[in-house]
This record gives sequence, structure tokens and C-alpha cells, in this order.
Amino acid sequence: MFAFISLLIFICMAVLMVRLFAGPTLYDRVLALNTFGSCTVLLIGAVGFLFGRPDFLDIALLYALINFVGTIAVLKFFRYRRLGDAPEDAEAIMAPPPEEQKQ
Amino acid sequence: MELILTSLLFLALVTTAVAIALVRRLFAVVMLAGVFSLLSAMLFVLMDAVDVAFTEAAVGAGISSVLMLGTIALTARSEKRPTHYSLVPLSIVILTGLVLIYGTLDMPNFGDPMSPVQTHVGPDYIQRTPTDIDVPNIVTAVLASYRGFDTLGEVTVVFTAGLGVVLLISGLGRRIRRSRREDKAPSKGAKN
Repeated sequence: MFAFISLLIFICMAVLMVRLFAGPTLYDRVLALNTFGSCTVLLIGAVGFLFGRPDFLDIALLYALINFVGTIAVLKFFRYRRLGDAPEDAEAIMAPPPEEQKQ
Repeated sequence: MELILTSLLFLALVTTAVAIALVRRLFAVVMLAGVFSLLSAMLFVLMDAVDVAFTEAAVGAGISSVLMLGTIALTARSEKRPTHYSLVPLSIVILTGLVLIYGTLDMPNFGDPMSPVQTHVGPDYIQRTPTDIDVPNIVTAVLASYRGFDTLGEVTVVFTAGLGVVLLISGLGRRIRRSRREDKAPSKGAKN
């Protein structure tokens, strides 16, 4: 049962790698990497139960946290073009561009 | 089952490495590098090296992709096509790989109970830890108690490095320069 689940998760990861390789836009790739991290969490959990060591579940939870923080960091970087303090014109960037306001 | 899973993960690892070499858009390369380290982290988990796997996932997929994205923002977004293909680097890499594989031939098998690592001081620690320190995890007992001073030094090094990185990317120098410029600006206006 857990072996079958592991193989299914692995197939998901293979499909995600195709999207990561071919993905036309930036957001396809960010989303693919985030989902790949989630698949890693699931695979670690499934493998832990498969080999009779469910203590791996704690590590899987930590992976989920790192995955979340990493995705936030990447997206924040693409929003502000920097990682440290927020820029002075943060409010100007956060405001929607004029075209969107008209709609 | 473990063999099948390990082989599949290694296959995915090789595919990712080839993709990293082929793709020209650097953003995709950064994302693929993140996948590469997640896959290696899974291999580490399969080999029961959970702490190494955790470090690999945190540093490889987390910090280093963000640092590489920062580099992309400062330089270029796509890799230039090479003007010529030289066979010398490829042959050097293949030769080094073959030498490394040759070096592993006389190493003990993975998980061999009779290897020198398992028979030297390991049993001593396993016997003494429950009475000496009373910590269920022996790796934790070795890191935090038997090698406590060593770990303290390591933590100091990591803390210093983190402090340096925070000072570098928080833009402290930029803020200081800006405040100096603002101090100078009114005096110039007064002269004119």
C-alpha cells in the first residue's frame, strides 16, 4: 500500500519536473517548485511508514515549513527586487497599476 | 522496494542535472537546482541521514536559491550560448568521476556492521550514553555533550556568518550614505 503511494507520488514529481523544465512563465516554475516540495514532504512521510520508521514525520513537517518560507522569499524577491528592508516606495509598488484600477 | 525508490530518485537526479546543463533561462536553472537538492535530501533520508537531509533541504532549496536569484537580479537573466565546445573539461570531469568511483571500491558496503566505523568507538558511545547523559538520541548526546565545546564553536561561526549576511543585505551602508547625503544637501542649497 505505502509502496504504491510512494510510486504515485514519484509519478507526480516526474510530471512536475516536466512543467519545471518547459514552464513558459516564472509563476509556473515557482508553483512547480512549491508543489515539488510538498511532494517531498508526502514522499518522506510515505517512505517513513513504508520502512516502519514513522519518526520521519517530524522531519517532513519541518520540510513543509522550509518550503513555505522559501516560496515566500522567492516571491517577495520578485515583488520588491531585494530581500532586506522594504523599499521606500513599497506603497507605490503595492498599489495596483493604473490599467487594473480602470477595470 | 528501497532499491526501486533509490534508483528512481537517482534517475530523476541525473535528469535534473542534464536539464540544468541544457536550459539557458537562468531562473529555470535556479528552480531546477532547488529540485536537485530536494531530490538529494530524499536520498539522504532513504540512507537514514535525516539531519544531513534537513541541512541539504534548508540550505540547498531554501537559502541558496534565494541567493542565486539575487545574483540573477544583479547580472543577467539568461545564459549566453557558448561560442565553442571544448572536449577537455568534459574529459577531465569524466576522469575525475572514474577516479572517485575507483576510490569507493575498497570501502566497506553501506550499513556493513563489521566496517571500522561501526566497530571502533561507536559501541562504546552506545553503551555509555544511557548512563552518562540519559538522552535517548545518541547523535544528540555526542553533538551537545561529548562534543559540546566543538558545537559551541560551530554555532559561534554560524552566528557570525549570519550576522554578516544580515548586515550586507539589510542595506545598512545604503541607509548611512543616504542620511549623509541628506545632511549635505541643505548646506549646498544655503550656499547657492
